[in-house]
Amino acid sequence: MKFWPLIKVLPVRTHFRFVRLAKYFSILSILAVVTSLALTLYPFKPPCFGMACGIDFKGGTVLEISTAPQAVDVSRVRAALASMHLGDVQVQGFGAPSSAMVKFQTPEGASPSDTADAVRAKIAQTVSPVRFVKTDVVGPKVSSELLTKGLLALGGAILLMLVYIWFRFELQFGLGAVAALFHDVFLTFGLITLARIEFNLTAVAALLTIIGYSMNDTVVVFDRFRENLRKYKRMPMAEIIDLSINEMLTRTIITSMTAVFALIALAVFGGPNLWGLSIIMLFGILIGTYSSIYIAAPVILLWGVKRGEDEVEPLKTAKARP
Amino acid sequence: MMTLSRWKVILVVLATIFGALFTLPNVLPPDMREQLPGFLPKKALNLGLDLQGGSYLLYSVDTQALRNERLTNLTEDVRKTLTDAQIPFTDLGQVNGALSARITDPGQLAKAQNALRNAVGAPLAGVAGGRDVTVGSAGDQRLTVAFVPEAFDADASRAVEQSIEIIRRRIDQLGTREPNIVRQGKDRIVIEAAGESDPERLKNVVGQTAKLTFQMVDDSVSAQEAAAGRVPPGSELVPSTDELAPAYVVKKRAEVTGEMLVDAQARFDQQTGQPIVQFRFNGQGARRFGDVSSQNIGRRFAIVLDNKVISAPVIQSAITGGSGQITGHFTEASANDLAILLRAGALPAPLKVEEQRTVGAELGADAVKAGAISAVVGLAGVVVFMIVMYGGLFGGVSLVGLVVNGLMIIGFMSITQATLTLPGIAGLILTLSVAVDANVLIYERMRDELRAGRGLLSAMDAGFSRAMGTIMDANITHLLSAAILFGFGAGPVKGFAWTLSIGVLTTVFSAVLVTQVLLAWWYRATRPKVLPIA
Repeated sequence: MKFWPLIKVLPVRTHFRFVRLAKYFSILSILAVVTSLALTLYPFKPPCFGMACGIDFKGGTVLEISTAPQAVDVSRVRAALASMHLGDVQVQGFGAPSSAMVKFQTPEGASPSDTADAVRAKIAQTVSPVRFVKTDVVGPKVSSELLTKGLLALGGAILLMLVYIWFRFELQFGLGAVAALFHDVFLTFGLITLARIEFNLTAVAALLTIIGYSMNDTVVVFDRFRENLRKYKRMPMAEIIDLSINEMLTRTIITSMTAVFALIALAVFGGPNLWGLSIIMLFGILIGTYSSIYIAAPVILLWGVKRGEDEVEPLKTAKARP
Repeated sequence: MMTLSRWKVILVVLATIFGALFTLPNVLPPDMREQLPGFLPKKALNLGLDLQGGSYLLYSVDTQALRNERLTNLTEDVRKTLTDAQIPFTDLGQVNGALSARITDPGQLAKAQNALRNAVGAPLAGVAGGRDVTVGSAGDQRLTVAFVPEAFDADASRAVEQSIEIIRRRIDQLGTREPNIVRQGKDRIVIEAAGESDPERLKNVVGQTAKLTFQMVDDSVSAQEAAAGRVPPGSELVPSTDELAPAYVVKKRAEVTGEMLVDAQARFDQQTGQPIVQFRFNGQGARRFGDVSSQNIGRRFAIVLDNKVISAPVIQSAITGGSGQITGHFTEASANDLAILLRAGALPAPLKVEEQRTVGAELGADAVKAGAISAVVGLAGVVVFMIVMYGGLFGGVSLVGLVVNGLMIIGFMSITQATLTLPGIAGLILTLSVAVDANVLIYERMRDELRAGRGLLSAMDAGFSRAMGTIMDANITHLLSAAILFGFGAGPVKGFAWTLSIGVLTTVFSAVLVTQVLLAWWYRATRPKVLPIA
C-alpha cells in the first residue's frame, strides 16, 4: 500500500458524533472559561488584573542591556538600583547570559524619561562597559490610552464579526460564532495569566489575530452547514451539524497543522520578542479549531435556525429523533 | 478548467513578474541596487525602527503651562487697562481658570467692562468681530474676564506648530540623520529617528524649552533671607546651576529676552580657554541692553535659562555694541548645544516625553535574522507537509502559489514603502502558512465532488467555483480583524496589521488564480484519467 500522498490513505469520511458529546464539552468549556476569567480578573485591580502587566498598559520603563562578551552580573545591577528607591525593580537574565532586562515603574510624580535616564546612568556606572540594546519608556497618559484603545479594539473586532456573520448568514449563526469568539478570547486570557506571558500591545495584536482566525474556522464550518441545510431538508439539525463538521474535518486539521508548523518555528527561532506572540497564537489556533466544532455549532442547535418554510427547529425536535 | 480565459493567465504571469521585480532590490546588496538600470525599482523594504534600530519619541506640549502663561499675561493687561481708565478696583485674581476683580464704585462697573472689552484679548480667528475673551459680571460689583475655550485650543495648536518648526531647526543643526517629525492628535509631537540608538543628545536638544531672559539681580536681600520667605515684591528667588551660589534673588521683570537674539555661537574664552557662548542682539535688544547696562554699572544681572540662573556677572561698563557672552560652567558640547538652542529659539511651551522606544541597531539586525530563520523553517515545514499530504503535483502547486504570494507581498510592501516591523514578520509567516488553507479548501472540495459522482473535469471546476465563496468569507474575517488592528495599533502593531491585510488580498489572488492556471496547464498537458488526490 502506498503511503504517499497521505491524503489518499486517510479515511475518506469520518463519522464522529460530535454533537452527542457537545453537552459534556460545553460544560467543560464553561468551567474552563469561568476558571480563566477568575484567574485573569483576580486580583480585581486595573489595569491588568491578574495578568503580568507590560509597561505598555502600566507605564514604566524596560531596559535591555548587554555586557557582551562578559556575562551580566545581575545581582550587582540589582543592588545598585535598589539604592535608587524606585520601588519594585525587576532585573533578570534575558536570552543570552550577557543580556539582562531591567524593568521598573516610574515613581509617583517623577518624569518617566528622566527616571529612565538616571537609571541608565547608574547602570553604566555599575557594570562597564554596557550597551543599552533597548529602552522603552511609557508615560502614564500614554499607557492608559493604549489600554483603552486595546480593549476597544477587542470589543470592536468581536462586534464587527457578529455583524458580518449576521449579514452573511443569519443571526443565530452570528451568535454561535460570537459565543465561540468569547470562548477563545477568555481562554486565551487564562493562558496569558497562567503562563505569565506579558500582557502588552503585542498580546492584544495576537488576540485580535486569533479572533480573525477563529472566525475563519467557524465560517468554513458554517458555510458547509448552510449548504447541507439546503441539501438535506429533512435531516435533523444535529445530524446535519455532525455531517458538516465531519466533511470539513480533513481541511480543519490540515489548515490548523500548517499554522501550527509556522508558529512553532516562530516560537523556537523568533527570539524572546516574538515568543509571547507565537505562544498566544498557537494556543488560540488550537482552541479556535476546537471552539468551531464544539461551541459555535452547538449554540446554533440551541437557538434553532430557520429552515425552508419558516419552520423553526429548536433543540427538542432535533433530539426527539433517533 | 478548459475554459481558462487568457486574462487569467496574463494576470498571473504579470503578478509573478512584477512581484519578483519589486522584491529583487531586497536580495541585492545596496551598492548593486544602485547600479540597477533606471527603469527597475530600487526600493527595498522599509524596515521599522524595531528592525533597523532607532528611536521613537512621543512628546506632549504642556498646554497647562501655556494656559497659565496666558492667564498671567491677561491679569497684567486687566490691571493696566483699569488703572489707565482710572477705575479703582480690588481683589484682582484668578478664580476657576478665569479672572475676577471687584470694582470699588458700583457705578463704574459698566464702564470698566466696556473698557476691558475693547482693550484686552485678541481677535478670534474665523469669527468676524469676535474676541478670544469674554467680559461678564458675577454680582457684588465683581466683573469676570475669561478666555473662550477656542482661544486655548487655538493657542495649543499654534504652540504645537511652532514647536515642530523650532525642533526641526534645532535638529537640522545637530547634523544627525534627518529624523521624521510629525504632529499627532491635538497636542502631541512624534519624532522618529532611524539609526539613532542613543537619543540622549536628541532629547537634550529637543526637550529643553530654552527660554532665555536677562534679569537684574535684586541685591536688597540675600538669597538666604529670600529663601526664609522675605522675597521683596516684584522679585523672585531663582535657583542657579552654580554650586557656590545655589540661588539668586532677581527682579521679575525681564529686561531683555532670548527672542531679541539674532545669533549665538560656541567659542573659547581667549583668556581662560573655557568654552563660552557668544551672542548678538537685534536692534531692539541692543538698545534695551545698552540702556539697562549703562544705568546699572556696578550691579549684577542674571542670565536665566529655563528658570535657572546660569551666570550672574557684574556690569563693568555700558554694553552698547549689541553683543555679549555667557560664561557658565560649560563643556564644549554643552556650550555648542546651548548655542544651537539659542539660535533656533525657545519653545512656546515646555515639552514632556510621554513615550520613548529605542532599539539598538544590533538588536534590530538580530530580530531580522531571527525572523528570517523562523520564516524559512516554518514555511519549509508547511510546504513539506502539503507535499506529504497532497503529493508532488498538488503539493507543488501550493508551493508555487506560496512563492508567488510571498513575492507579491514583499514586492507590494517594497513599492509602497509600508513599514515592516518585527510583529509584521510574524504576520507575514502566519499569513503565508494560512494561505495554503485556500488550496486545501479547493482540493478537498474537488475530492468531495469526485465522491459525489462527478467526472474529473467537472469535479475540478466545481472544486474552484464552490470553494470560492468559502474562501472569500474566510478571508474577509481576516481582513476585518486586520482593519481593527490597524485602527488600534501603534508603530509595530500597525506594521503587523498592514502585513496581514496585504497578505489576505494577495492570498486570495495567488491561491485561487495561480492554482487554477497551474492545474489547467497540467490538465491540458497530461489529460489525466484520475486525480492524484482522490
